[in-house]
Formats: sequence, structure tokens, C-alpha cells
Amino acid sequence: MTDATNNNAAVRASAERAAVAALPRQESVATWLWNWLKHDKRAAISITYLAILVIAAILAPLFAPYDPNEQNLMDLLMPPSSAHWLGTDDLGRDTFSRLLYGSYNALYAAGLAVGIAVAIGVPVGVVIGFVGGWIDEAVSRVIDAILAFPPLVLAVAVTGALGIGLTNAMIAVGFSFAPVIARTMRAQTLVVKNAVYVEAATGFGASRAHLIVRHIVPNAIQPVIVEITLMLAVALLAEAGLSFLSLGVQPPESSWGGMLARAYHYVEVAPAQMLAPGFAILLTALAFNTLGESIRVLLDPTIKKKR
Amino acid sequence: MSAMAAPAEAAASNRILEIRDLNLSLRDDHGWVQVLNDVSFSVRPNEILGMVGESGSGKSMTALSILRLHAKRDAQLSGQIQFDGHNLATASEGRMRRIRGRHVSMIFQEPMSALDPVFTVGEQIAETVRRHFGVSRKEAFERAVAALDSVGIASPRTCAGLYPMALSGGMRQRVMIAMALVCEPKLLLADEPTTALDVTIQAQIMDLLLELAQKTGTSVLLITHDLGLVAETCDRVITMYAGQIVEEGRVRDVISNPQHPYTAGLMRSIPDAHRPRGGLSSIAGRVPSFRNMPEGCRFRPRCEFVEAACSQTQRLTETGGHLVRCHRARQLSLEGAPA
Repeated sequence: MTDATNNNAAVRASAERAAVAALPRQESVATWLWNWLKHDKRAAISITYLAILVIAAILAPLFAPYDPNEQNLMDLLMPPSSAHWLGTDDLGRDTFSRLLYGSYNALYAAGLAVGIAVAIGVPVGVVIGFVGGWIDEAVSRVIDAILAFPPLVLAVAVTGALGIGLTNAMIAVGFSFAPVIARTMRAQTLVVKNAVYVEAATGFGASRAHLIVRHIVPNAIQPVIVEITLMLAVALLAEAGLSFLSLGVQPPESSWGGMLARAYHYVEVAPAQMLAPGFAILLTALAFNTLGESIRVLLDPTIKKKR
Repeated sequence: MSAMAAPAEAAASNRILEIRDLNLSLRDDHGWVQVLNDVSFSVRPNEILGMVGESGSGKSMTALSILRLHAKRDAQLSGQIQFDGHNLATASEGRMRRIRGRHVSMIFQEPMSALDPVFTVGEQIAETVRRHFGVSRKEAFERAVAALDSVGIASPRTCAGLYPMALSGGMRQRVMIAMALVCEPKLLLADEPTTALDVTIQAQIMDLLLELAQKTGTSVLLITHDLGLVAETCDRVITMYAGQIVEEGRVRDVISNPQHPYTAGLMRSIPDAHRPRGGLSSIAGRVPSFRNMPEGCRFRPRCEFVEAACSQTQRLTETGGHLVRCHRARQLSLEGAPA
């Protein structure tokens, strides 16, 4: 009985897959996404969490019960209550409101750093991988040199030179991430450019630009997508770290790292104050990592899908 | 003088492709090696020309040279490849791009990996059409569907929307044939088009390929190591060994009366159901490395008829109705197959 049911299910599943593949593309992407999330609960949870975070960050002014920078010196370091859901900080500011506004800075910082890394790393990696020769050799040595430099130290140095501020710091972090992406992209390009389908496309008259844009980048980008999600977590931690050192977001604006730094001084009086930004950083980094892992499994052809 | 020129011109116009003294050197980690040595042959209109030889004899290298698909930095090409009034050995990269896929197409050995996995097969065929004819996206897609229909795919419109991974090897090779012939090229280079396929569909694919080539008026250079296939399908045949042409002639002549010991050896290694318990025959030894090629005849170390004079350079000369690179060709009487 169960065997028969399983067989039927398997037959139906394969018929469905064929049907999905045959449908026009736009519809199949939604169906495919739905199927993926239905079967990968971790991915579903992390995507849901990140989606809520993005909405919260954009709509913070609507959701926040208080002005995040409004001081109330009568209510310092309050524990969580119905008036202040997550309590107040050492200047009497509402922690929940500051957390919401801080999420915007966290996502902006992570997005900016990774965006810069991708914008530089992908084209550089593809071009040196495709062209090869001494250009590849020279650029690869520069990449090695930048990789040897710790991102946070570089960010500290850049903020020292260009002035303290979140944008400057994250541009520096982005620059130090770019070689990581460039190296992955170069390695992938080296594999993909020797594929028979690239030779075949050349044999059917494709130009080099066409080869790169249409055949090499789409086939080489998959590991980079995984790398991007993992890198978002690292960038988020970098922002928190820099703000903790007061090199990132400047007061009175709120950031998770900055909140953590302030709460740290009052940990004996109000230990709960550290938990909110601490968990926000932890959960968001965890969500990015989990999503990255799920995408890696999804894209890895050697792992058999249960579907 | 003019009497000399006239027949030459007439001969030239009767040829789709004329290759003269083609030499190719490739570079690997240890330096340059010459893999093609003074290869000269021509392809006539509507002809199916077979090219046989073991792996590493230079068959595929010849095909890749015609389309100039070697990496520029690691390949040196000399000689003439006359096609449609242009010398492809020296033509600009832009001219080559206009010729590739439009006038000269190639079918690759492995259908499993010759299609880009991230695009549907319809998109890939349409891409080639758009590139060469500059038609609209919709028109190109319609032509792709028509091409899929012409290679015998049951529901071409559905198939056009499928990704290559959804197709079997035979289906993919049909798609490759559709893609290669969609622009109705003058010359098709088919590099072992059925080697990677299941035996049961090899014949189907081959029949389809030849039927379509005839319909579109395309000449075919069929690269294979299946002499039986050559005997059935080709008009003329070229045997290659170690980067050289060793024998060339009409299929009937070469099969029934091989002049070069290597061709005769290849023919003996065709399994024959009528030869009882003979076991499979093979040619002893292997193709010599390009780095230490023997002086004189390159087949010398494996040849059973070797003599002292074989260490002198052998020329391709007319012997018994076809071209042979063996000075003993006249003396030897080699066993062929009944025509």
C-alpha cells in the first residue's frame, strides 16, 4: 500500500517537474521558488526572517513607538515593560525603536559592502580568468596582497584617512571583500571557459563579449551567489564591530553595534540591554548563513535532491 | 600559361573547401608540438567526405583548424584554408565569426556537454539565427521551432522551452544537428557525431544527419573511427595517422583495395560477424607521441612490412587510383573488404 502510494507520488512528482520545465519562464520561477521553500524549511524560515527585517528597516518610522533619539532622563536603563517593550538605554531612549532604526543601518551597511565587492569582484574575476596570461598573473598577485590584509584593519585605516562614518567604513570593507569574489569568479571562469558549450558557442559565431555575458557569467556565478549570502553576514558583523569601536554609525543615530557598545558599560546595572542588539546581530547573521548554506545545497549538483 | 590556369580555376570552383599544406602547432606546458603536418585536401559540393584514424591522429584538430577554434595564444596555424574566396587561416576574427555557424557549422562529439545548461534549447538555436540573420526574437524562435521539427522531434514547441538537462543524449544530438543546419551552411564538420550515443540510435541520428545535409545542399566532413560507417555513407575517405594524411581516395577503391598498411590494419580491426572465432584483430603498438616522431614513415614502428627505405621521408603519391603515403604501396598487396 505504502509502496504503491510512494510510486504514485514519485510518478506524479516527475510529471510535475517536466510540466514545470515546459511552462513559460516567468511562471516557472514562482513555482520553483515555492517548491524549494516548501521542501527546505531552514531556507523558508531565514528568508521569512530577512523579509520581515527588510520591511521593518524600511518602515521603521511607521512601526517605532518612540523617536529613537528622544531622550527621557526620567526613565534610564529601564527593564522591558509595556511602555518600553525592550526597556530603555542609559539616556532613556526606547530600545525597541532604536533597534528598528538600527536594522536599516545594518542592512544598508551589509548591502553596500557586498554590493561594492560584487561590482568590482565579478567583472575583474571574469576578465582575468577569460583573458589569462600575464594580465591574470599580475592581477592575481594584487588580489593575493589585498587578501592578506584583514578587512577590519583596512576599514579602520580608511576611516582614519577619509573620515569616520558608516559609508566610508563599509566602502573599505567592500574593497577588502572584492578580491574574495574576484578569486572565486576567476576560478569558475577557468572551468567554464573550457566547457564544450563555450567552444560550441564560439563555433556558432559568438563574439567574446557575447561568450562572457551570455555563457560564462551565468554558468560561473553560482558559487558567487552562495558567497554573497555568507559575505552579508560577515559585513553585518563588520558594521557592528566598527560601530562598537565608534568608527561606523555616529551618535545619535542608532546601530546594533553602537547599542551593544553603550549597553556594555552598564552590563551590571541593566544586563537586559545587551540582549536586544546582541540577538539582533546573532539572528541576522545566522539567517544569512543558513540561507547561504541552503542555496549551496540547492545549487550543488552532487547533492541529491529529495524532491 | 593560360592553358594551365583554366583547369585549375575550374577545379577551384568545383570545391567548397580547399586546404593546402596545413600545419598546426599547439603549445602545452612543455612547449610547442606540431600536430598537423602538411595536410592538403578538398571538399566538393554535396559531398560526404569521411576522415578516419585512431584517437590522436589529428582528425579533430583538422576540423577545429577549419573553424579556427584553437586558443590564439596556444596555436600556430600555417598554410591555406580556402573557403568561399577567403583564406580562413589568415582571415580576421570578425570574418570568422560571420562564417562560423552560418557557412561552416560543427557538430561536436559530446551532445551532453555541447549545449549551455542555463538556457533553453530554443533560445540557443534562436541565438544563432539572430546572430547571423538579424531577425526579430520572435521570428528567430519560430525558425528554431521549425528546425527542431525538421530533426524529427515530436513536439518541437514544447522541446524548445526545455533545458538541455531534460533531454536524452539522442535528443540533444538532434538539437545540435538542428542548430548546425538551421542556417543552411555550405559545409558541416561532424566530429564523431554518434560516438557518445547508444548503439540503437546511432543509425537513426546518422541517417537524419545525412538526409538533412542532402536537403540543405550541405557538404559534410564526417570524422569517425568507424570504417563501416564510412563505407556505408561517404563518397571519399581520408585516412589520417599521426598528423598526416596517409591515404585518400574514393571509398570503394580504398575499402576494396587499401594501399597503406595502416588503412589495411584499420579495416582488419572492424569486427566481422561472418568471421568465426577469429577474435578481434588490432594494430600492435600505439600512435607515437608528437614529441618523438620517428624519422621517415610515421607508421614504421608498427608496420609489419617495414624495411630500411621506410626511414626516408614518405610522400603522398598517386598509387592504384588513389593517394598513398607509402613507397611500398605498389609492391604490397593488402587485403581489403569485398566492395
